Amino acid sequence: MASFIYDNVYLKDAYTIVGPYETKGKLSNFDLTIEDMYYGEKTFEKAEVKMQVKAIDSLMARNYLNDNQVDCLVGGELSNQITTSSVTASKYKIPFLGLYSACATFNEALITGANLIKLNNHHIIAYTSSHNLNSEKQFRYPVEYGAPKKESTTFTATGAIATLLTDEKTNIKVESATIGKVIDYGIKDVNNMGAVMAPAAVQVLFDHLNELHRPATYYDVIITGDLGNIGEELFRKLCQKQNIKYNKYFDAGTEIYRLEQDTKAGASGPTSLPIVLFSKILKEKKYSKILLIATGSLHSPSLVNQKNSIPSIAHAVSLEVIK
Amino acid sequence: MKQEEYQELVKQLTPKEKRLSHALIAFVSGGMVGVFSTLVYEILTTTFALGKSSATIWTVIILIGVSSLLTALGFFDRWVKKCQCGLIIPTSGFAHSVTSSALDYKKDGLITGLGANFFKLAGSVILYGIISAFLLTVIKVVFYG
Repeated sequence: MASFIYDNVYLKDAYTIVGPYETKGKLSNFDLTIEDMYYGEKTFEKAEVKMQVKAIDSLMARNYLNDNQVDCLVGGELSNQITTSSVTASKYKIPFLGLYSACATFNEALITGANLIKLNNHHIIAYTSSHNLNSEKQFRYPVEYGAPKKESTTFTATGAIATLLTDEKTNIKVESATIGKVIDYGIKDVNNMGAVMAPAAVQVLFDHLNELHRPATYYDVIITGDLGNIGEELFRKLCQKQNIKYNKYFDAGTEIYRLEQDTKAGASGPTSLPIVLFSKILKEKKYSKILLIATGSLHSPSLVNQKNSIPSIAHAVSLEVIK
Repeated sequence: MKQEEYQELVKQLTPKEKRLSHALIAFVSGGMVGVFSTLVYEILTTTFALGKSSATIWTVIILIGVSSLLTALGFFDRWVKKCQCGLIIPTSGFAHSVTSSALDYKKDGLITGLGANFFKLAGSVILYGIISAFLLTVIKVVFYG
């Protein structure tokens, strides 16, 4: 069984940075917004590292922590060999675990961090980031090429998030979590990642509810990571088919950009779920039991070019807001 | 849900691409590039009194120069969305694909970055262009002498 229940893991604080596109979108309340995709650096890769470092530095400063007081950094993102996260970790004298679940990395980091706290650590920083232009370069076409996009493509959000997990009691409890299975439903279209990932999201939801013996209505809201509007619809249809009834569900990818920004099916990237969580859901204080399902499409350009179907993964984390 | 059933559902929910309208827009925008080149050609032959063959070469050079500059200024990134593939099919598109790859990889070094990735997108055009030119020449020689 890959579900865990925690009784001493809390989310203490989070620092969010977003790029220019996200600033013009539906959300506000970010800790820092950057105007320039280079963030004052020579390359986009360096800009992404700088965003991560800024997020971690600010989070540590705000909570009066130094390197010795943080037990471990856990993080990852989309760059080849997760070099961005590793370069960031090299700036600190803190042990580091690098992770990769594509866009589900944020939840993988939360689960890893929560389990480390359960094993008697005190402060864990979980972080992730994504940069639209780094992803374009790596997974799609050169940045300035501007190839026309299909209606089903998603737009990688730019941003970095660092969260502090601790064993001190705060008002946000990490209540439980489930590690997902890798699912392959035979979808080969890399321009329709919502369709690739929706079955993985439903599978982890099903396993989570089953293993913890609770109905989906236990949660006030269920939020998936970056399925976009097509994947969101597919998630609803698959839940209907499995007879899973929930109170409220939406996808974080559909909550970031405005329609006129022409981002097609919505936002993607490991940052889309935490951006929505920290700048909207937790600020609104509307929900107390929240299930986060981060979704990731586990492909590489070679896998897609060789016409293979794309495997996907999703991890579930349950948060409880204590009033 | 079975895989086939799911794939059918995905097909239903994925919006259809507006191929006809995209093709018409590309027809017009690609045509505009052609009109622009003809204008350049006319100016070169009349005002600058160039011969036909050198005017053709100069037209192509100007087209390549202009589109590379526009790539660097971020013009294509914004306008391909509106004009569809009409902008990236003719000579302008070839220059654009080379320049955009070069811009992406120049920080990775002159050999390992810029050099290795220069023809990332345009390589296929060159390769299959040469092969089809060769095959057509063979056909021409065999059948028409």
